Amino acid sequence: MAVRDCDLGTPASDSSKQVTLEIDGFRVTVPEGTSVMRAAASVGIQIPKLCATDSLEPFGSCRLCLVQVEGGRGLPASCTTPVAEGMKVCTQNDRLADVRRGVMELYISDHPLDCLTCSANGNCELQDMAGAVGLREVRYGYEGENHLKAEKDTSNPYFQFDPSKCIVCSRCVRACEEVQGTFALTIDGRGFDSKVSPGQNQDFMDSECVSCGACVQACPTATLMEKSVIDKGQPEHSVITTCAYCGVGCSFKAEMKGAEVVRMVPNKDGHANHGHSCVKGRFAFGYATHKDRITKPMIRQRITDPWKEVSWEEAISYAASEFKRIQAKYGRDSVGGLTSSRCTNEEAYLVQKLVRAAFGNNNVDTCARVCHSPTGYGLKQTLGESAGTQTFDSIRKSDVILVIGANPTDGHPVFGSAMKRRIREGARLIVADPRDIDLVRSPHVQADYHLKLRPGTNVALVNSLAHVVVTEGLANEAFALERCEPESFDKWKTFVSQERNSPEAMEETTGVSATLVREAARLFATGGNAAIYYGLGVTEHSQGSTTVIGIANLAMATGNVGREGVGVNPLRGQNNVQGSCDMGSFPHELPGYRHVSDSTTRRVFESVWGVTLESEPGLRIPNMFGAAMEGSFKGLYCEGEDIAQSDPDTQHVHAALRAMECVVVQDLFLNETAKFAHVFLPGASFLEKSGTFTNAERRISPVRRVMPPLAGYEDWEVTQLLSNALGYPMNYTHASEIMDEIASLVPTFTGVSFAKLDQLGSVQWPCNEQAPNGTPTMHVDAFVRGKGRFMLTEYVATPERTSGKFPLILTTGRILSQYNVGAQTRRTANSIWHSEDRLELHPHDAENRGINDGDWVGIKSRAGETVLRATVTERVQPGVVYTTFHFPESGANVITTDNSDWATNCPEYKVTAVQVTKVTGPSEWQRSYREFSEEQQGLLEQRTATVD
Amino acid sequence: MDIENLVKMANNIGQFFSAEPDINVATDGVADHLKRFWELRMRLAIIKHYQSGGAGLSDISKAAVAILAAEQEKLVNAGNG
Repeated sequence: MAVRDCDLGTPASDSSKQVTLEIDGFRVTVPEGTSVMRAAASVGIQIPKLCATDSLEPFGSCRLCLVQVEGGRGLPASCTTPVAEGMKVCTQNDRLADVRRGVMELYISDHPLDCLTCSANGNCELQDMAGAVGLREVRYGYEGENHLKAEKDTSNPYFQFDPSKCIVCSRCVRACEEVQGTFALTIDGRGFDSKVSPGQNQDFMDSECVSCGACVQACPTATLMEKSVIDKGQPEHSVITTCAYCGVGCSFKAEMKGAEVVRMVPNKDGHANHGHSCVKGRFAFGYATHKDRITKPMIRQRITDPWKEVSWEEAISYAASEFKRIQAKYGRDSVGGLTSSRCTNEEAYLVQKLVRAAFGNNNVDTCARVCHSPTGYGLKQTLGESAGTQTFDSIRKSDVILVIGANPTDGHPVFGSAMKRRIREGARLIVADPRDIDLVRSPHVQADYHLKLRPGTNVALVNSLAHVVVTEGLANEAFALERCEPESFDKWKTFVSQERNSPEAMEETTGVSATLVREAARLFATGGNAAIYYGLGVTEHSQGSTTVIGIANLAMATGNVGREGVGVNPLRGQNNVQGSCDMGSFPHELPGYRHVSDSTTRRVFESVWGVTLESEPGLRIPNMFGAAMEGSFKGLYCEGEDIAQSDPDTQHVHAALRAMECVVVQDLFLNETAKFAHVFLPGASFLEKSGTFTNAERRISPVRRVMPPLAGYEDWEVTQLLSNALGYPMNYTHASEIMDEIASLVPTFTGVSFAKLDQLGSVQWPCNEQAPNGTPTMHVDAFVRGKGRFMLTEYVATPERTSGKFPLILTTGRILSQYNVGAQTRRTANSIWHSEDRLELHPHDAENRGINDGDWVGIKSRAGETVLRATVTERVQPGVVYTTFHFPESGANVITTDNSDWATNCPEYKVTAVQVTKVTGPSEWQRSYREFSEEQQGLLEQRTATVD
Repeated sequence: MDIENLVKMANNIGQFFSAEPDINVATDGVADHLKRFWELRMRLAIIKHYQSGGAGLSDISKAAVAILAAEQEKLVNAGNG
C-alpha cells in the first residue's frame, strides 16, 4: 500500500446530528462539529494547510487554510471553523490565493532551500503547500534575519531535531501534549524568536521526552525526522502489521524499501492505538536484523559441547529422534512444550497441538503462567470468561479509574497516554501501588487517591474497599441481584462486612490510612462509570488469583460491568499473552478455555486432529521443573520463551534445565535458555511472518510478513516440520489455514479469518454468528457464565515475611524503554535510557546502610544473592526496594523465591524479603553466571558448519 | 515430585477455600481444584503422602486429598487406575 496517509486536517466529530452545507458548489453532509476543512476533505477538496493535522485539535495558526464564507466577515481559518447548516464556503479564489501565497512567501523566506537533498524530499508538507499555492517567488529575499544556522539536536538515537527547518506550527508541541501527554515540548520565546524547545531549552535526551515519536510523526517538514529516513531515504511502500511488544498491540505501518524496514509508523486507523506509539514499537525494531541473530539450526549432544551447524532436516530429525527416545525410555509424559506470548496465535496453537497430538500428553504451558494466569482463573470463575471486559477506547467514557498493580505509562505506554488524556478531561483517578508511579503525579495528571499499600497486601486492600461499599450502602444491589447469583452475593456481603475486613482493621496490614480507603471506595462506588485496570502487581503474588476475584467482586457489586466506561481490565504484559492463553496453551485447557476433562470438547478436537486426547491436565512450567529435578521430565520444546531468565528462583530453573536430556529452543537469539539447549532452531521475528496477535482487549490483529524469514522458515513452519518428523502429520501451506482450523474448533472464533481481518482491520472475540463483527464489550446483558459469581477472598499473608535478617521487601517491575527479558530491546539503542537494572531504595534505608546513589549493593534473600547499583529515590516507600529484570547478569530472579499463587502457580515476583548491603564486587552467582555465559558464548563461536 | 512443595501448594489451596463457611463445600472445592489443575503424578504423590500420614497437610487439604484417594482407589478397583 501507499506510504502516505490521507489527512483530513482535523479530528472527526462523534455527533449523531448531521449538518448539510455547500463547499465550492458541492453539497456536503457531515456530523455537527466537523470543521470546514474536514468537511471539504471528505469530498476530496484539499484546502492548503500546515498547522492542521487530523490527529490534533485545530490550532489556526498558519493562516494557510483560510476560506471565504458567504455572508461572513473576513477569511476564517477552515480548521477552526465548524460547519453550519446551509453554510456556503469557497475554498479557492484569487483573494484566497493571494493571501496563501503571501503566507508561504514568509515561511519560505526563512527556510533552507535544500529540497533536493532534504530527508523529507517527496514527503514534505511545506514543499507540497508551496506547490499547491503556486509559489513562484519570494519577494522578501533570503538575506534577512533567519534561523538557517540554528544548530541541530542529534542527541536522540532515533530522530534528529533541525530547527533551521522549523516553521513553528506547534504540531510537535501539541502532539506531545494532546496525544502523548508528556508536555516535554514548548514554544519558547515570542514572535520571530519563537522556537520549539524540549524541556527548559535542553537537548531532547536531557528533557522529559519519552521518545514516543508523536512529534516526529506530526512534523510537516524535516525538522523532526527519523535518523533511519535520513540514512536510507523515503520508503516506497508500506505494510500494515501489529507491534510485537506489549499487550496494547498497536497497529503499525512498516514503511519499507524493498525488504528493508525504513521506519515503523503507528497506523492512524489502528483500533488499539489510533496512530500513537511508544519508543519500543516505534523505534526499537532493529533487533530483527541484529548481528546476534542465529539463522542456522544447530545441535549438540551435551551442553558442554560446541554447537554444530546443521541443515534444517538434520536438526529437526535429531530433535524428533531425541523426543522419541526419551518417551520410549521415560514414558509418554516425560516431555512437553512451551508456547510463547511473543509468537502468533497460529504458532501457539500449533505448538499446543504438537504437544497434545504428537507427544500425546497435555504438558504444554506458556509464559502467562508467570504473569496473567491468575487473570485466566479469577475471571473465568467469577465472570465466566478468561479475558478483560472492554475495549481500550472504553476509557473515554470512564468517570473513575482505579489502577491497581499496574504502571501503564511504562508497561503499556500508548494506553497510558489514553488514560492520561481522559484524566485531563476530568476523570478521577485512584492508584493502588507501593511506588510513586508516574500516574500518581505527572504534568496535568494527579491521582485523587494514592493508596500506597505494602507489597503483598492487595487482597486486604480490595476487601476493605468492598467493606466500605457494602457497609455504607453503596453497592448496586439492583444490578447484583439481577445479574449475579443472589446466594453468592449475600454470602460475599456477609464476608466483607465483617469488622476484620474494615479499612481500620486492615490499616496496619496494608499501611494505607483507613480514611483514604474509605474516601477512595466512596468515589469508586458513586463517581459514575468506574473502571478497574490492573497488571502484574495484582497477579504475581501468592494470592494473585484471590485479588483478581476480589476485583471482579468489586466491579459486580458496584454494577460496573457490561457497558462502556467500566469493567475489569487486565493489562497484559506481552503482545500475545491473551492470544496464547486463548489458543489452549495451558496444560488443563484446550483452545477456547475448555477443560481437557470435558469429553464432548475432546471429541470435537479428536475428530479434527485424528488422535485420542489425554483427559488429565498436564504439567505447568514450575511443575515441569519439579519433575525434571525428580527425574521424570526429560525433554522440552521451548518456542520463543526464555525461562532461564524470566522464571523465579533462577538456580532451581537452571538445575532443572541441566537435568533434562533434550532441550529444544526455537528463538531469534542464543538466549539464556538456549545456553542449556541441545537443539537450536532459528526463529523468525514478527516482521518475517504472517499470523495474528490478540491484545489485552481481546482484539485479534493481523501480523503481516514484510520481509522473508532470515532463517528460511516462519515459526509455525518449523513446528510443522517437527510434528511431521515426530510422526504426526501437519500440512498447512499458510498461517491463514491454521486460523481457519482454529475458527472451526473454538466457538468464540468461528467468525475469524484472515479475510475478515483484511476487511475490518481487527476484531475482538467473541467473533461468531451472534457477533460477526466482534464483541467490544463483554457481559452486556448477561455474564458469559450466566449469573456472575461472587467468591470469598480471605486475606492470607504471604509466607514470605520480613525478619531481622531480611528486613526489606523487594518488588520487581519493568521500565518504558526495555521489554521483558530484554532480548529484543537490549539489542537496540533503547539501552541508552536503561543500560542496567538498578535497585531503587528509599533515602532512609540507604542512609541506615551507608549507601549512596550509584553504589554497588548486594541484595540477599532466602533464595540467593545478587549485586546491582543503587538508585536512592523516594519513589519507593521506606522498607521497600524495587528493581527491573531486563538484563540477565542482574540476576533479579536469583533472589525471587518459589512462592506462587495458590490457584495457578504464578510466581510471587512482587514480594521477596531481602537485606541490602554495600558491597564491592559481584555476587557468587554473578561470577558463576559470567563464567557459564562466556563458556557458552565460546561454544557458539566455535560452532562448526556442515551446511552453507 | 518434591513432596514438601506439593504439601505447601495443597495447603495454599486449602487456605483459599477455608473462607467458605460450609466445610463440605470448602473441602469439595479443594478436591475439585486438585483434580482440575494438578497433573496425575502430582496427585498420586500427594495421595501417597496422605496415605502415609499426610504430615504437614492442613485439615481441609487432608480431607480433600482423602477424597482424591478414595476416587483413585475406585479407579484402581475398576481397573482404570
